[in-house]
Amino acid sequence: MIELDEIVQEFLVESHENLDQLDSDLLALEQEPGSQPLLGSIFRTIHTIKGTSGFLAYSHLEAVTHVGESLLSRLRDGELVLTPAMTSVLLEMVDAVRGLLSSIEATGVEGSPDHRALIARLTELQARPADVVELPDAPALPAPPALEDVLEELEEPTPEPSALEEVATPRLGEVLVESGAVGPEAVLSAVLDQSLGGDSRRLGEILLSKGAVAQAELDGALESQSDGRRSVADSSIRVDVDLLDALMTLVGELVLTRNQIVQHASTRADADLVRSSQRLNLIASELQEGVMKTRMQPIDSTWSKVPRVVRDLSHTCGKSVRVEMEGKDTELDRTILESTKDPLTHLVRNAVDHAIETPEERIAAGKDPEGVLLLRAYHEGGQVNIEITDDGKGIDPAVIGAKALDKGLVTADRLSRMTPREIVHLIFLPGFSTAAAVTNVSGRGVGMDVVKTNIEKIGGTIDVQSHVGRGTTFRIKIPLTLAIIPALTVTCAGDRYAIPQVSLLELVRLEGEAVTRQVEQIHGAPVYRLRGSLLPLVHLDRELAVGPQEPGRTRDTLFIVVLQAEDRQFGLVVDDVMDTEEIVVKPLGKQLKGIPSFAGATILGDGTVALILDVLAVAQQSNVLVAGRDRGVGDRGARGDAALSKVESLLVVGLGEGRRMGIPLAMVTRLEEFPVSTVERVGSHEVVQYRGQILPLVRLSHFLGAAGSGAPADTVQVVVYSENDRSVGLVVEQILDIAEQELTARSDLEEHGLVGSAVVQEHITELLDVRSAILAADPNFYLSAPAGLLEV
Amino acid sequence: MAVPVGAPGTDAASQQFTTFTLDGHLFGVEVETVQEVIRYQKTTRVPLAPGSIGGLINLRGQVITALDLRHRLGMPDRRQGQLPMNVVVRTEDGAVSLLVDQIGEVIETDARHFEVPPDTVTAEARDLIRGAYKLDGSLLLALDVPRTVDLEPAFADAARAR
Repeated sequence: MIELDEIVQEFLVESHENLDQLDSDLLALEQEPGSQPLLGSIFRTIHTIKGTSGFLAYSHLEAVTHVGESLLSRLRDGELVLTPAMTSVLLEMVDAVRGLLSSIEATGVEGSPDHRALIARLTELQARPADVVELPDAPALPAPPALEDVLEELEEPTPEPSALEEVATPRLGEVLVESGAVGPEAVLSAVLDQSLGGDSRRLGEILLSKGAVAQAELDGALESQSDGRRSVADSSIRVDVDLLDALMTLVGELVLTRNQIVQHASTRADADLVRSSQRLNLIASELQEGVMKTRMQPIDSTWSKVPRVVRDLSHTCGKSVRVEMEGKDTELDRTILESTKDPLTHLVRNAVDHAIETPEERIAAGKDPEGVLLLRAYHEGGQVNIEITDDGKGIDPAVIGAKALDKGLVTADRLSRMTPREIVHLIFLPGFSTAAAVTNVSGRGVGMDVVKTNIEKIGGTIDVQSHVGRGTTFRIKIPLTLAIIPALTVTCAGDRYAIPQVSLLELVRLEGEAVTRQVEQIHGAPVYRLRGSLLPLVHLDRELAVGPQEPGRTRDTLFIVVLQAEDRQFGLVVDDVMDTEEIVVKPLGKQLKGIPSFAGATILGDGTVALILDVLAVAQQSNVLVAGRDRGVGDRGARGDAALSKVESLLVVGLGEGRRMGIPLAMVTRLEEFPVSTVERVGSHEVVQYRGQILPLVRLSHFLGAAGSGAPADTVQVVVYSENDRSVGLVVEQILDIAEQELTARSDLEEHGLVGSAVVQEHITELLDVRSAILAADPNFYLSAPAGLLEV
Repeated sequence: MAVPVGAPGTDAASQQFTTFTLDGHLFGVEVETVQEVIRYQKTTRVPLAPGSIGGLINLRGQVITALDLRHRLGMPDRRQGQLPMNVVVRTEDGAVSLLVDQIGEVIETDARHFEVPPDTVTAEARDLIRGAYKLDGSLLLALDVPRTVDLEPAFADAARAR
């Protein structure tokens, strides 16, 4: 970019901002054609640009804005009523202005674009008499200036230094009308008195003398007129982004040094030093927060362009689309915000071009002819979620599957084993584009894979949910900021590691007997019962292949860091938990990029380097996230969408004779082991005494007609399910494993006590009808009879 | 450098090398590529990393990867208690520290004394050594820094072995 005068630079920045505002104002005006505040604001914006461009001698810019302003002034004065045609032309004018500004920014001059057609149309629209508001006794309005006059008038651009100041203050009439003190007619008639009737008094005086406005209202208006726009301009300054970035880096270093000093001071007996370091601690935190804030911007700054894009696009495609936004003021780090711009535009274009149907199609499908595109942003757990939802035709897995097959992205065999949800995720593969024909709107070879890549580049994830015929939701999750994060430091095999606080749910400390009692092994996989639900445990030292490698090793004290990885929870077992501190994320060198378990490194208070754990990667490597195995094709598999498919965690148990049975983990409250000798008989039922209650048992092998292994055992393995103070125990031969199962991928061979069977971990596994098994143990289980009274 | 270092028969008559020892051998890297030489630094080990990764060090607030040159060159490990020193070199991807036994002096070499790597060095080392300079009574092995810090082939090997 060439060097520009400061004043030109300022003009460009300000005008770009104003134009974005103009776009949304014009679209809002279309919904509300008579709105005086909107018209006033639009008029002022164009007037500002016109005035300044005249002052800076940009004649093209002035010519275009001049005719635009004339049209707008007639709209504002109620002489014309806004028509869609006018909106289009005005938007076109905004584009023309934007083009000229870009040219000025790039080359320093306007270039020689031809805007004659546009000017002619703007002029023509002014001339066409629409519903003119006739005012009583209003003198004949001057004819709108002809095109030649306009151009001629511009031949000799007269610098108007006053224009800059003049526009900074809204006119008194506007202020009065906006505040509702007087009607536009009264102001217009007073203005006409001034300009045509030769009344030399000031506007306020005329209005007062006509009794159109009270003195108090006038005073209020004059006051707000003087401090209106000015105060905003006076209280904010523009700052170069590079400067902010440099500040951010410095603050990062300061935070590190602060950590070091605070730690150092805590070991000294010098009260003054401790006090100063605490003060430093506070100030550094506040400074950091402040600098972070300067980089935060509301997401609206990228969203504001969407309505315009949608309007243009839906006109081109012959569709009718309404844009709705929720959470516009959600704030994001500007660098992150910047990188969401392109993916967002792409998704919006896709939705309008491909997803939302034409009004005819929508009526035929029984929908509102007007489609809705919903943008939603909200904070959740230290992340920002952005959703783009349309109510269009949805993504048909059959179509996607056929297309992927056709393109050779997936084999027929693989496809046949994929769930609909996995198939829909194929759209994120490189080389996939669903547009039947390449359109000029979105089918330009830039596919969803680019969107996904861009999101992942900033540490985010993208997910899609679609219902055929009802619509699609794309959900983007991105971190708030990348530079400084709060983290928990833990130790493992003598080293310290940092865990981003974002993933942290809670800490559990087990001591002594509790370590062996509360941690159970399910087929070699340790689990901990956290408030009734089973939490898979991952030993950090084993995952990182550090420290002693004894699988059966027990510890006196166990620290479990409960973490959230995607939509799963797991417990990370570490040697000790230190504390939480703000850490500055430093990238790892090229030589270490191949290790997924680490997200980066940081320098701790004592100057030691610590690795930052990538919780998601650790979870995937330890197979806590089963879906991770299929990454690349299914893209993290299925998550949470009940309507399409559902992943369920199953407790896999053995029933003897090699029969495997899956029990939904939701129906497992506890796993218990009872000595055979404690099993007593009541009538035809087996029971044990358990926690002061009688626990009825049902042997699943008997219940399902299996022979059982017959081998006498000293203990019985029992899966306990409790609800409303009632419990039943399902006796199994052995506890095998916990597995993830897609419920869609099973056969429905219904048999007594089964809901079907499925392939789980490459074995045929029957799925237990838990309800009927429970009823076999306790026929009254689901009755609301008082607990404890078991009719056995 | 306009002229390839140590290429025999060129006019690049002399070249300065920062020297260091590894398992009794004298090595050198061109003085221009060396950012600084520092004594032993506490390193943080990186689990799951290839064996040539010596760990991470804190170099005035920057996190730098340290390469264990002995391992990289297929030499036996340092004996217990022997602390390595750091030769921090500039590379395309930022600074990297080379862990060495002992720092030597800066030596001026003469291109006329340049030879191909001797047979006495290990096979791993031969790939990473440009050649040798005959000095009075010893041999200076010139290390190829870009190839030394590029662990990609090593990573691929490790992956295959797994």
